[in-house]
Amino acid sequence: MRVVEKRQLLSAEEINRTLQRLAHEIIEKSEGARDLALIGVRRRGVTLAERLVRSIRAFSRADVPMGILDIALYRDDLSTIGSQPSLQGTEIDFPVDNRDLVIVDDVLYTGRTIRAAMNGLFDLGRPRRIRLCVLIDRGHRELPVEATFVGRTVQTSDTEIVEVRLQEVDSEERVVLVDRVT
Amino acid sequence: MQRLSHLLGIEDLTREQITFILDQSKPFQEFQRYPLKKLATLRGKTVAVAFFESSTRTRISFTTAASRLGADTMALQAESSSLKKGESLIDTVRTIEAMRPDGIVIRHASSGAPEFVAERLEIPVLNAGDGTHEHPTQALLDALTIRDRKGGLDGWNITILGDILHSRVARSNIHLLGKFGARITLCGPAMWVPRELENLAPGIRRTTCTEDALEGADVVMVLRVQTERIHEPALAAEEYVLGYQLTPKRLRLARPGALVMHPGPMIRGLEIDPAVADGPQSCVLEQVTNGLAVRMALLYHLIGGAPVDAPHPAKDRSNASD
Repeated sequence: MRVVEKRQLLSAEEINRTLQRLAHEIIEKSEGARDLALIGVRRRGVTLAERLVRSIRAFSRADVPMGILDIALYRDDLSTIGSQPSLQGTEIDFPVDNRDLVIVDDVLYTGRTIRAAMNGLFDLGRPRRIRLCVLIDRGHRELPVEATFVGRTVQTSDTEIVEVRLQEVDSEERVVLVDRVT
Repeated sequence: MQRLSHLLGIEDLTREQITFILDQSKPFQEFQRYPLKKLATLRGKTVAVAFFESSTRTRISFTTAASRLGADTMALQAESSSLKKGESLIDTVRTIEAMRPDGIVIRHASSGAPEFVAERLEIPVLNAGDGTHEHPTQALLDALTIRDRKGGLDGWNITILGDILHSRVARSNIHLLGKFGARITLCGPAMWVPRELENLAPGIRRTTCTEDALEGADVVMVLRVQTERIHEPALAAEEYVLGYQLTPKRLRLARPGALVMHPGPMIRGLEIDPAVADGPQSCVLEQVTNGLAVRMALLYHLIGGAPVDAPHPAKDRSNASD
């Protein structure tokens, strides 16, 4: 099986502009960003959350904390995976009780990652509200999960993969749609 | 890295595998501080906890680790088992296996028992202490404690004090720390520190003089003195206290800030002075908490998941979390 690139969904410049817009949207819909905190899902969600937090702080002067969530322990497919995913650890050093949380991830697909992320957050306390921010929504949900803040909605087929490549992780910056050919 | 299928001892592990286990324990250290200490990660899995030798802390630690990961446990204890009725080890573990656990934790008075079981069963075996051979999870939790407190594991001066000859804790620690370039000093009454121990790792020093052993130590590991091994005329308890008890005065010979460790159960006033046991250099309770984290990491990696050659659905699924 080969993987071929079909088309570019977002350029570096478009990623940047999209994140700026998402930052503004989050501020606008967060009542002055009081109690607001961003939770990046490992691993590209963390990079995106870092960038969003920087923008939100710059635009609103609100000191919005950020945490990192490792969902490996909360996945529902562990018993079918050969070797266990390595743990990177969750780093949330503020109480989540009564917080207004925004989970940040790169791609929203089946919704299972987000279900796992919410379970992880509930183990830490009782947030007042949890919303979701994703760079790409590619459809094909298997759970009733929707994002509040969406960068770009993309129609995809089952065999396609949306690859978000970020400078900090992948040494390049763009979003591409690739397909598997057999 | 070679994937582990059992945890039988430290001797056969590589530095890389040990570092991996310690790294994987970090998230579980953090987890012990969560208000809600219950995961569903190993839900539906059963861990058999078979203790053919009495133990409280290690058994509770393994049981709690399994339970916090969401697994169920199946307990077998020597006192209440058919062992007393003369059943052989293999028959007992085959019986346990027939109840379909997903892994088994074994403590046994005979060295090599876990390996014997691992060769005959299909499920992962975790050694919780076998005879005078190894106690690998104790060495791992000790290593995690040292790494945290000292900021690294490499090249420390380690002094182990007590009955080294009969101690599986000492053996596993010597194997582990030896792989990380420790300079290890073994100290105790001559009959407990025989020359053969020097073969366990490079650069082992033996002495019967506690003052000499403590000079320059970064870590002092005090072993429990098994009271059944102390008897006159060879060795009286008072002589042991005079010669080998870790006292505040003796501890001052070690490097400033040297760690004091003890695998428990501790006999205050025999191998350790209460002032040292409760002093700022003591890591005894941290060791206990770290034991939970290490055992959770091991259960997660050994018991969670299908066999290595099973199909891997995540690989076949786009945008599954990485």
